[in-house]
Amino acid sequence: MMRRRTRQAVATVAALASALLLATGCGVTRGDQSRDLTMLIPNSPGGGYDQTGRAAVAVMENGDITGGSFEVTNVIGAGGSVAMTRLMNAEGDERTLMTAGLGVVGSLYSFGAPYSMDDATPLAQLIEDQEGVLVPADSPYETIDDLVQAWRDDPASIVVGGGSSPGGPDHLFPMQLASTVDIDPRDVSYVPYDGGGPLTSALLGNKIDVGFSGVGEFEGQLSSGELRLLAVSGEERLKGEGISDAPTLTEAGIDLVFTNWRGVWAPPGISDERRDELIGMLEEMHETPEWQQALEDNGWIDEFKTGDEFTQFLREQDERVATTLEELDLL
Amino acid sequence: MDNLSLLMDGFGSVLTPQNLLFACIGVLLGTFVGVLPGIGPAMAVALLLPVTYGLDPIGAFIMFAGIYYGGMYGGSTTSILLNTPGESASVMTALEGNLMARAGRASQALATAAIGSFIAGTIGTLLVVFFAPALASVAVEIGAPSYFALMVLAMIMVTSVLGGSPLRGFIALFLGLTIGLVGLDLNTGQPRLSFDQPLLADRIDVVVVAVGIFALGEALWVAAHLRRSPLHVIPVGRPWMDRTDFKRSWGPWLRGTAYGFPFGALPAGGAEIPTFLSYLTEKRIAKRKGVDEFGKGAIEGVAGPEAANNASAAGTFVPLLALGLPVTATSAVMLAALQGYGIEPGPGLMTDQPELVWALLASLLIGNALLLVLNLPLAPVWAKLLRIPRPQLYAGILFFAALGAYAANLQAFDLLLLVLLGLLGLAMRRFGLPVLPLILGVILGPLMELRLREAMAISGGEVSGLWSEPLAVVIYVVVAIAVAAPLALRRVRPAPSDVAEELDIPAVEEEKVR
Repeated sequence: MMRRRTRQAVATVAALASALLLATGCGVTRGDQSRDLTMLIPNSPGGGYDQTGRAAVAVMENGDITGGSFEVTNVIGAGGSVAMTRLMNAEGDERTLMTAGLGVVGSLYSFGAPYSMDDATPLAQLIEDQEGVLVPADSPYETIDDLVQAWRDDPASIVVGGGSSPGGPDHLFPMQLASTVDIDPRDVSYVPYDGGGPLTSALLGNKIDVGFSGVGEFEGQLSSGELRLLAVSGEERLKGEGISDAPTLTEAGIDLVFTNWRGVWAPPGISDERRDELIGMLEEMHETPEWQQALEDNGWIDEFKTGDEFTQFLREQDERVATTLEELDLL
Repeated sequence: MDNLSLLMDGFGSVLTPQNLLFACIGVLLGTFVGVLPGIGPAMAVALLLPVTYGLDPIGAFIMFAGIYYGGMYGGSTTSILLNTPGESASVMTALEGNLMARAGRASQALATAAIGSFIAGTIGTLLVVFFAPALASVAVEIGAPSYFALMVLAMIMVTSVLGGSPLRGFIALFLGLTIGLVGLDLNTGQPRLSFDQPLLADRIDVVVVAVGIFALGEALWVAAHLRRSPLHVIPVGRPWMDRTDFKRSWGPWLRGTAYGFPFGALPAGGAEIPTFLSYLTEKRIAKRKGVDEFGKGAIEGVAGPEAANNASAAGTFVPLLALGLPVTATSAVMLAALQGYGIEPGPGLMTDQPELVWALLASLLIGNALLLVLNLPLAPVWAKLLRIPRPQLYAGILFFAALGAYAANLQAFDLLLLVLLGLLGLAMRRFGLPVLPLILGVILGPLMELRLREAMAISGGEVSGLWSEPLAVVIYVVVAIAVAAPLALRRVRPAPSDVAEELDIPAVEEEKVR
């Protein structure tokens, strides 16, 4: 890049250029160029996929795991379908990767994309995140049982809110929960909010009866007791004040485990050797203390699966999303 | 009074020469990045946030405050000079601001924007200091029915900007509402008017519409007449605001603040509605006074919306600090920043970490004041930009408009949209359709739909859910009076001149906005 102490005009251009570089989100450093990789991120900088993808890239670059550097490109649009289209079009490209997850699986259906996530080359699942069932402090529902009972009696009377649009994790979770406890998902009144902030204010103002969302965003309200966590969606309880008391759904006698997860893909049509090589790199990354630190900093659960196991998981997830959306007549 | 002394302590810890230097750097950097097309305050703050890491918390705060206000003001600068608003909140500023600039009053427009931002930001921050916790608990009680009622009020008021020919005005409004429909239906996930094009399923960015219709449409219109009309050079104009300018700006500054702050403090208030209401209020007041320059570059039309925008931004600190709720893109970035500095916003903040909060609020006040000090002298310098000969100036505007549209999402597709919208803007000018109702349709339509659907979903489809909140009822009463009163008046005393004004049917043809 340009150095300082140049004339003002040059400084202007440099600032413009660097701002644009920052804006496009590419951080290119020199190395063995033949080993450089591109990481596609299917949403905007700062979003969930972006955090996970960039954390993985940082660990791999610092540990020199790939032998080259990464270019991170945010491909924004249609809940990840645009990025997926780019990945599918890069058939056989052995130097492109993409970070994606459950939300993109749903978006491919909502946006009518002609392919599913297992049509590309699934490499590894990196993390998972638990969802929670949240109610305001003065809610009549003290336990998940209270809620389910009232919900069964009159499904339409319970207004459910979530931080994602149809097909996203916060929408799929209440629908699958409803289905599990024998409520017709079509009877669920779901109100989509634009992320955790607006959802919290709807809960605090008693505008909705119950919220479904990732637990991490509500730690402040949960520890201060303004919101109550009735249950978490994963296999184990979470830690934290006002959080660790909440049972898992299975503990509460509801046969459902639901997690939001993220992983890494390569384009379709790459050689088996390259696939194994890339999986090896991700495995190496997973073993580093830096990655374990990243998991802890972000509150992610370490759930690592690779290759065929991940592909199998993906197919199950895809089917489950399709079933849920079908039950809702959204397909 | 207690809060006041705590605030003074905050000033005490913040005011050192070194910190002031950080604040100056922050303001300059923020203005500089904010001026770049397509980069609104949220993006400017996000881009420059890393600069503040590595400083001690107080130094970081004050630099951050500078960046924040600088970024906001930088956005207004491009709206006024180039007619390319970087976010939906500065669309109203662009309207009269750019007209003023082209009439040779760019310095005054920039100055009234800077002073208005300062006054609104200061009043807003002081209100946060004294009332944040109390306001926050009231604000979460206001839900979708009240927001929908506000949208109804805004829609009623849109009729007053339809221009000389109501038919043309409605055509433009419905074009805007149609553009606002494009994209995925948030409630059911079904694509609307997207023609199987996944990029259209994401909704069309208001910034792309505004830049396409305003900047590109205008540039094409000028280009189409370049050879036929005599060369019109933008007059140089005076560099400073004179006494009349001040006299005309005071009212709008204060009224804009009064509109902006409550909306900012509401969890879903935003800055679009208050800037729009402020613009309309000023237009009406000007007309009543008989000095209506709206449509020709009225300083009131810049002063009011700019103040409303900044007061609303200050207001977003209420839910942010008191509840830990980010309600706009900018405040989401800010929340991340505060957490990075070791502040955990939320109910306990004011009691747990008072010294940090007061230092932050003091920093905001100082950043705001420095913005004024640094940018006021710069206004005439920026204004000189417009003395570039017209072909080159418009070429530059086209370049920056395209860059801005591309930078928003990094999609080449947006450039295509931009060109199509530019052609639409050209056609609208050719056929005398006012462009303002179109933009308002694009902004208000989706907001109104969102609130209506949310209110209906919460009430389980019962229409009565729409008036289930006291505030909603109050607003509907206001709407009813606003609609009924002129009709009743006309019956009692059919004096055509007054009635036409009250009914928002402007009689003069030049009313149409560009």
